Amino acid sequence: MNLKDHLVQSLSQAVEAVFSTMLGARVLPAEVRFENGAPDAHDGVLSFIGVAGSWAGTGCVSCSPVVACRVCSQMLMTEATAVNEEVLDAVAELTNMIIGSVKNDLEVELGPLGLSLPTVVFGKNFRTKSAGHAEWIVRRFVWDSDAFEVRMCLAPSEQKASLQPHSLGPFNQMGA
Amino acid sequence: MESDVLVVDDSAAIRKILQRVLRQTGMAIGNIFEAGDGQEALLVLNSQKISLVLSDINMPKMDGIQLLAAIKGAPAWHGIPVVMVTTEGGEAKVGEAVRLGAAGYVRKPFTADQIKEKLAGFLPGAMPS
Repeated sequence: MNLKDHLVQSLSQAVEAVFSTMLGARVLPAEVRFENGAPDAHDGVLSFIGVAGSWAGTGCVSCSPVVACRVCSQMLMTEATAVNEEVLDAVAELTNMIIGSVKNDLEVELGPLGLSLPTVVFGKNFRTKSAGHAEWIVRRFVWDSDAFEVRMCLAPSEQKASLQPHSLGPFNQMGA
Repeated sequence: MESDVLVVDDSAAIRKILQRVLRQTGMAIGNIFEAGDGQEALLVLNSQKISLVLSDINMPKMDGIQLLAAIKGAPAWHGIPVVMVTTEGGEAKVGEAVRLGAAGYVRKPFTADQIKEKLAGFLPGAMPS
């Protein structure tokens, strides 16, 4: 299995496990797509977390305000009707657990990786830009009548790439 | 006799969830104090008699590994069990926590039963499911 397939599978398993364990909810993985370049403008909540090490990248959860409130309500067993600090914190922690689980899974093959603290943005018509040119793996998930996306990009860090240009083995199909 | 517990995590959501889980364990728990990072945790430890610490690892200012080292290095706190509750599952971090004297390790996402099971033996009334 190449890294791209591994990442898609790992993302799905992590999302399903986190929703099942922490929210008592069942989500269904839907379509996967691959994006290059800057994504379209966002509306809603975008939570992202950095991954660093011999491979580096970013993991994100993007969802509507309604889904963010649902996450908070079910995770904290409270009533959330508008996006506030508690809702953003719940989405940040959700992202931390999802991307952290993926990181733990990938470490078996890629070696030690570190996670940054999560950052959450809430707004309308905003754009994001990541340094680097890695391809984004984007997976949509369906949660009852709602949906959200989890995306991740990961590429050999510059130091590793320059030191070990031929050592990527079966992972060389990852866009970098 | 009830024991006071300190929950350390930069996520208010996780602190709230752990509070709820702790209250559901049936253990003899008195006050549950909260801290958002290791530095805040040390302030609580200086002012309260804490019997058990649950701590995240990745936190701003002072992380969970540094907090664990500070607790285990202080004669007054050395005997307090510290259970790490964290997303961090890398061998290096787990190994470091064990080497420093962590009493247990629970990886997020967690179930209430996993927390109860891990805390069994540290607090009176602990009854693993």
